Amino acid sequence: MARYGQKKASTIGTIARRTFLIGSTAIAGGAAFGVWAYKTPYGNPLQAGLSEGEAALTPYVKIDQDGITIITPRAEMGQGIHTTLAALVAEELDVSLDAVRVEHGPASKAYFNDGITEEATPFAATDHSEQAERVRGAVKKLGKILGMQITGGSSSIPDGYIRMRSAGAAARAALIGAAANQWGVDPDTLRTEDGEVISQDGKRLAYTQLAVAAAEIKLPKEPELKPRSEWKILGKTQPRVDMVGKATGTAQFSIDVRFADMLYAAVKMGPYMLCPITGHDASEAERMPGVKKIVPLGDGVGVVATNTWNAMQAAKMIEIEFATPNYPMDTAGQKAAIAAAFDQDADGENRNDGNVDEALGDGDILEREYFAPYLAHATMEPMNAAVLLKDGRLDIWVGNQLPTQILVEAKKHLGIAAQNVHVHTTLMGGAFGRRAEMDYIIQALHIAKSVEGTPIKLTWTREDDMRHDAYRPMAMARFKAKVDGGKAAALDASYSAPSVLGSQMGRIGTSVPGPDATIVQSTWDQPYGIPNFRVRGYRPDTMLPIGSWRSVGASQNAFFQESMIDEMAHEARVDPYKFRMDMMTDEASKAVLSRVANMAKWGSSLPKNRARGIAFCLSFGVPTAEVVEIVQTENGIKIDKAWAAVDVGIALDPGNIEAQVQGGLNFGLAAAMTGEITVEGGAVVQGNFHDYDSIRMYQAPSIEVAILESGKKIRGIGEPGTPPAAPALANAIFALTGQRIRSLPFRNTVDFV
Amino acid sequence: MVELVINGQKRKVTEATDDTPLLWVLRDEMGLTGTKFGCGIAMCGACTVHIDGQAVRSCSYPISAVEGDVTTIEGLGNPASLHAVQKAWIEGQVAQCGYCQSGQIMTAAALLDEIPDPTDMQIDQAMSGNLCRCGTYPRIRAAVHAAAKMMAEG
Repeated sequence: MARYGQKKASTIGTIARRTFLIGSTAIAGGAAFGVWAYKTPYGNPLQAGLSEGEAALTPYVKIDQDGITIITPRAEMGQGIHTTLAALVAEELDVSLDAVRVEHGPASKAYFNDGITEEATPFAATDHSEQAERVRGAVKKLGKILGMQITGGSSSIPDGYIRMRSAGAAARAALIGAAANQWGVDPDTLRTEDGEVISQDGKRLAYTQLAVAAAEIKLPKEPELKPRSEWKILGKTQPRVDMVGKATGTAQFSIDVRFADMLYAAVKMGPYMLCPITGHDASEAERMPGVKKIVPLGDGVGVVATNTWNAMQAAKMIEIEFATPNYPMDTAGQKAAIAAAFDQDADGENRNDGNVDEALGDGDILEREYFAPYLAHATMEPMNAAVLLKDGRLDIWVGNQLPTQILVEAKKHLGIAAQNVHVHTTLMGGAFGRRAEMDYIIQALHIAKSVEGTPIKLTWTREDDMRHDAYRPMAMARFKAKVDGGKAAALDASYSAPSVLGSQMGRIGTSVPGPDATIVQSTWDQPYGIPNFRVRGYRPDTMLPIGSWRSVGASQNAFFQESMIDEMAHEARVDPYKFRMDMMTDEASKAVLSRVANMAKWGSSLPKNRARGIAFCLSFGVPTAEVVEIVQTENGIKIDKAWAAVDVGIALDPGNIEAQVQGGLNFGLAAAMTGEITVEGGAVVQGNFHDYDSIRMYQAPSIEVAILESGKKIRGIGEPGTPPAAPALANAIFALTGQRIRSLPFRNTVDFV
Repeated sequence: MVELVINGQKRKVTEATDDTPLLWVLRDEMGLTGTKFGCGIAMCGACTVHIDGQAVRSCSYPISAVEGDVTTIEGLGNPASLHAVQKAWIEGQVAQCGYCQSGQIMTAAALLDEIPDPTDMQIDQAMSGNLCRCGTYPRIRAAVHAAAKMMAEG
C-alpha cells in the first residue's frame, strides 16, 4: 500500500481541499498523510492493530469478515454526532445504518478538526467575501498542523460533511474495484446496494468478502459524491445508533467501566480554585472501611478503596491545608473587577460603523448595564475516568472532548510516549464544554500510577464537580443607544468578561495571541444594519477558572444585546419583531425571524395574563430566532410554549436537529431562570442540585422547531438553540410585567412555578 | 451480611458495609451499571430503581433498609426483550446524552403501573424529580403517553 505514498508530494501546492482529505484517508501509513500535514507526517492510526483478513480502506471505515465499522472521531455527548457522522459514510458506502458498528476510534492527530476555528476569525458568518474565505482557509490549515482532535464549537458536521462522505465513497470505489478484478469485468458495469457489489448479470459479493482485496485497490483521488437528490439516508430522520443502549442501561459511559480487580477512587479538594494543597492529614481516612491507599495530588488528595462509596466517605475525612487565592474573595469583589475593566484599554474593537460618539452626542440616550453570573456545566454524569497503567502501557477510558490532549498529559505527568497511550473515548453523560478539561483526567493518571498494575476508576462527587468547574465567565455589558424615527440610530456596546480562551488554552499549555473572540462572540457580527454601531470587548483578569459552556460567549452576550435591542424597540414604540426585521441585513436571518413569528402567531392578541418575547442570535453560523410565551399563574410565571426557527444550510437529520434545538433552548431557559454560581470566602457556594437547580419537567415548555435550509453553508446545531432563550424569556417577562430584568438569573427578580 | 433480591435473583453483599447506599452496591459490587450516580442526595433521579414496584432513589437508600425486591433498568427489560416504556423511549427517540434516561424510564414505569393513563399534569408531578440537563422533556412526555397507549393495547 505504501507504494502509492510517494508520488503525490509534488502536487502538494495545488492540491484541492477534498483531494487532501482523500489522499490522507486512502493510504495507510503512506505519504498521503504528509500531504495534508506536510510539516508533520502522522501515520494512519488504524493501521496498527489490524488483524489478518482485515483491510483498512480509510481511517473512517473498517471492514472485515464480521462486518463494517465506521469510525466517528467526534465524541458523543448527546448531540447525536455518532449517528450523523456514520450516516454520512453509510450514504456513500451504500450500507444501511443498522448494518454497521460505530466507534469513536483512537486519539490521533489524523482526526484533527478543521471546522472548529471558524468562529475565531474576524469575519461574520454571513460574510462570504473572498477575503473572509481566504482567512478561514488559512486558519483551517493551522488546525491541521496543530492536529487537535476536538469535539466542540458545533463544528463536527461542517468538519465532517465532505470528509466522511468522501471516506465512504472512496471505500465503495475500492470495493467495486476489488469485485471487478475478481470477476474480470469493467468496474463501471458494477453497482452497489446494501453492503454488496452487484454485477450486470446479477452476481453478488458482500463487502465483507471483498475487504482484503479492496485494500490493494488504488483509491480514486477525488471520489464522486452522490447528488443530494439520490440521498437515501441523509436528509431523513435516522434512529440514533446509541438509542437502544441508552433506553436499556447498557450504553457505556466512562463511569460504568469496570474490571474484576478494579479499585475505586475519590478525591478531596480544597475550597479554592487553582490553589495548591500545601499539607494534609489522612490518618482518620486511612482507618476507614475498604481504604487501600492515600495519594497526594497537587490539587487534592486521592483515596483508593474497594468501592466508590468507601473512597468518597474516606475522602471527606482528610484534612487539608491549602494556599489562598489572589482573586477577589466574593461575588461583589469579582463583579467590581469585571466592571473596572471597562476603564482599561479595550481588548479589541470588532465593529465601528458610522460615528457612534457623534450620534450619541445629544438627544435622549439610553444607558444600560447588564450582568451575568458564573455558571457551572452540571453535566448529569459527574467527572470521572478509569485508568490502567501496566507494563509501560497506559489505557484510559474517559468521556472527553479532546483526546489528543490526553496524550500530551500522559507524557507530561507520567512520561509515557503517545504510542503507548490508548485513549478509549466513551459516551458522555453530558459535556457542554466541561469535558474539554483535563483536571480530573490528570488526577486519575496520578492515582493509577500509585497502584500500577491495577485498574482504577476515579469518580468525583456532585459537590466536587460543581465546585471545581471551569465556569461560564461572569460578564457584564454596557450600552449606550439612541432611537430615531422608529429605528435604531446608534448602539455603542461594550462587553467585559475574563478570557475563556486564555483560561482554557492556558490550562493545556497553549497561549492564544490577540483579542479573545469569545468576549464579543455573537455581538458585532449580528446582521443588524444600525447606522452607528460600535462593539468593543474588555478583558479583566481571570479569577475563577473559566471554560467553554454550551455556545460560549454567545450564551450571555445574546441575553445582553437582544434584551437591549428590545429596550430600544420599546423606546422607539415599535413592535420588537418589526424593529429587528427592519434593520436585518441577511436574508437567511430574516427568514428565521419571519418563520418563528408566524409559528408563534406573533402579534395576535393574548389574554392579559399571557405574553410573548422574541429574540434572535446568529451563533456558529446558524441564524436562530425564538419566541417564548409565558403565563402568570397563582404560583408564579410558567413558561408555557416556545418556538424556534433555525437555518442550518443543509439538514442532515431533521429529527435530531429538532431534538438539539429543543434541548438547547431548555438549557438556555434553565440558566436564565435559576443558574447562578456565587463566591463567598473565596469558594464556590453552590454544591448540588438543591442550590444549583435546572429546569424540570413541570417548568419545561412545549417547543416547536422549524428547520430552514437557505443558508450558504452546512452548519452544526449543538449550540445555536441556547443563546436566544434567555433574552426571549426576559423580553416576555417585560411584556407581561413591564419589568426589565438586566441581571441573570431571573428568579432573583420574579417567581417561576 | 446483607442479602438482596435484585432482578429476581438472591445476591449476597460481600464488600459493602451496611450503611452503603444501594446505588453503589448495584454499580460497584453487582456490576449493574445501568443505574446512574448523579447527585447522591436524591435530587436528580438518575439512580432511580424499584423496590417492590415503587420508584426510589438508590443513592440515598442504605442497603440495610432495603426490605423488598429490587428491580433495576436491567431487570425492567433488555435489548432483546424490551419493556413497553423502553420501546416507547426508542420509538420516540428520547435520549440525547442518555445518562438520566435509566432513571426517567424507571420513574415512568412505576407511574404507569400505578396510573395506566396519566394526564400531562400527573406526568409532570411524577417525573419532576428526574433532571435531564439535555432538556429532553418534550419527548419524555410524549413517550410516557405512547407507553401508556402501548400497555393499554397490550
